Amino acid sequence: MSAETKTPVKKERRSAGEVLKRMTRHQLFIPVAALVLLVLFNLIADPSFFAVSLKQNSLGNPVLSGNIISVLDNASELVLLAIGMTLVTASSGGQDISVGAAMAIAGSVIIRLVCGGQVSVDTMQTSLILAVLAGILVSMIFGAFNGVLVAYFKIQPMVATLILFTAGRSIAAWINNNQLPIVNDQVFKYAGTFIPGIPVPTPVFITIFVIVLFWLALRFTNLGLYTQSVGINANASRLNGLDPKMIKLLTYVILGACVAVAGFIRVSRSGSINYSRIAENIEMDAILAVALGGNALGGGKFNIYGSILGAYVIQFLTTTLYKYNVPSTALPAYKAVVIILLVVLSAPVVREKMSHIGKSSKRAKEVA
Amino acid sequence: MPNDIAVDKQGRIKNRVSMSDTNLLLTITVVVFFAMYAFAVFFLGGSFTKPQSFLNILNNNASLIVLSCGMSIVMITGGIDISVGAVTGLVCMCCAVYLENHGGNLVVAILIGLGVGLAFGIVQGFLVAHLGIQPFIVSLAGMFFAKGMTTIVSKEPVRVTNESFMALKNIRVTVPGLGAYNSKTGNYIPAYVEIGVLIALAVVVIMFIVLRWTKLGRSFYAVGGNNQSANMLGINVRRTKFLAHVLCGLLAGLGGILYFLHVGSGDVANGAGDEMNAIAASIIGGTLLTGGVGNIAGTFFGVLSLNTIKRIVSSMGFDEAWWSNITVAAMICLFLIIQSVVLMRKNKKKV
Repeated sequence: MSAETKTPVKKERRSAGEVLKRMTRHQLFIPVAALVLLVLFNLIADPSFFAVSLKQNSLGNPVLSGNIISVLDNASELVLLAIGMTLVTASSGGQDISVGAAMAIAGSVIIRLVCGGQVSVDTMQTSLILAVLAGILVSMIFGAFNGVLVAYFKIQPMVATLILFTAGRSIAAWINNNQLPIVNDQVFKYAGTFIPGIPVPTPVFITIFVIVLFWLALRFTNLGLYTQSVGINANASRLNGLDPKMIKLLTYVILGACVAVAGFIRVSRSGSINYSRIAENIEMDAILAVALGGNALGGGKFNIYGSILGAYVIQFLTTTLYKYNVPSTALPAYKAVVIILLVVLSAPVVREKMSHIGKSSKRAKEVA
Repeated sequence: MPNDIAVDKQGRIKNRVSMSDTNLLLTITVVVFFAMYAFAVFFLGGSFTKPQSFLNILNNNASLIVLSCGMSIVMITGGIDISVGAVTGLVCMCCAVYLENHGGNLVVAILIGLGVGLAFGIVQGFLVAHLGIQPFIVSLAGMFFAKGMTTIVSKEPVRVTNESFMALKNIRVTVPGLGAYNSKTGNYIPAYVEIGVLIALAVVVIMFIVLRWTKLGRSFYAVGGNNQSANMLGINVRRTKFLAHVLCGLLAGLGGILYFLHVGSGDVANGAGDEMNAIAASIIGGTLLTGGVGNIAGTFFGVLSLNTIKRIVSSMGFDEAWWSNITVAAMICLFLIIQSVVLMRKNKKKV
């Protein structure tokens, strides 16, 4: 399986600069084309989709509302997960399917600390910053657990994270003694809704902050380079003095931190938590965002901005479908059709057919 | 496996090594299962001592056994299929709606169920084998599609009252010699299994034979062990992978029918999470995720172990729902680490 999926990556690496350029253009082509199609569809079907208006929310603060704002707002968690997932995919050649469950754990830890064990609180019992830091720490520990299984025990990522996927929501329920605490403190909800006086939803700012953070990290540190080299060839990078296991572990820990922030936003939106339903199926969307961004799911080269764009496209699609009264339970069927179309279009075989002449020589090399 | 292969050339000796891994992992699974059950009988007593409670594990998991067989086959070829649980739900719903709202007959309903499974298998197999798309992504889309379609077919739970269906559902096959006397009235209560269990056991036996002694079964192992050497041995890798997915889809359809026979209704929640249970059962049963190693008998014991540990945990007083999930996860973790150690040992040997 991995041999097959890695073939296009190898080809990409082997080829000259010109081909590489075309490939990168091709990489962002799909998410951009999907976005353009969605925008065009909405423009033709109902231009009022793009209307943004200034309204007053229930607390009397001016807030922006409209489908576009809702896309930007609701995509926040997905964008954060997609960023972490891209790194994990690139370094280990597999995906973490436990992110939804881990979000439940992080949210549960934060709610537990803020409520201090009570069922309903009007003022927070622990300082919010402390609670969020604790949530991030716990989430990073669970990320490290996944990372150790993947890097040191060499278990396929999807299956290693199956453990946390199975247990995560149960652990989240156990942290809060299976109670469903409610936080009524408005300050707690700032991160998920609006800060008074600022009409733009706070999750948008958090997302931008995290994106900038990753841009800086990729620009000024070797994180991106190391991750890619480990993903492309772990042995070669070991011979070059890197520690592939450590780097894989690091990417899982980073994903853990992203998951915690996403979990915080999610519980902050409502001030409560539902262990079995919070962030349900979000792991699938996050993986889809990575694939949509043109990243090879077999690891290696990655483009974090492609994933971010992919996440927004998915949320755009979701919002569009909701607008046309598609029930949320039927949504997966439509998404599945989109996924299949996308993966078929970007399938290696389709590319192979385009470069049919090079195929025979490549086969010969593989055999040799 | 036949002995003559062991004597042969280099490529085949490697094959023999991986088969001994299969046996080692199978032994671990079987020993763990019997140790667990013995522990339960001696220290927990209660319902564990009754044969019927063991048969109930089979009654409740007939569909999971069939799903896990399909999953193991796909995993042996090096793939994965996470759509089986959702396909189970879809099959239940289609059969229920057809029988109840369209007044259909039972045979056609069963054919519809198998057809739905087969269709998923064919489409997913084509995408995986012929277009070279990652099995995880393909079956992810399959799962989404099946989940969505289930609610499109019907949002409300459909309870089936069809006569011939109820007759089939209520067939109880008594197992001789395992009955018990009711302690209060002294009446003899025979131990029974549902009709689904017989079908599931038949599937286990057939798949065991197919994997062990047929050309197709051997090629599943060869493809999973090493794509390129399988290709060089003259095995049609694409066709083999395709067939593995088709078989898995068909078994998912059959699993759906068995699930439907057990619960007797169509519901959106049917089969939810069963893909993970099936993967867990395969892993516990000694199927390696990297492909090439696995055994249907192990998978069967995997399903039994999975459900025995769940019952042990709940009868030890940890009856909140979360404990069973956490134990199952811990068990997967344990077996994954055992596998990982076995693999590392094998790799060291090679060096």
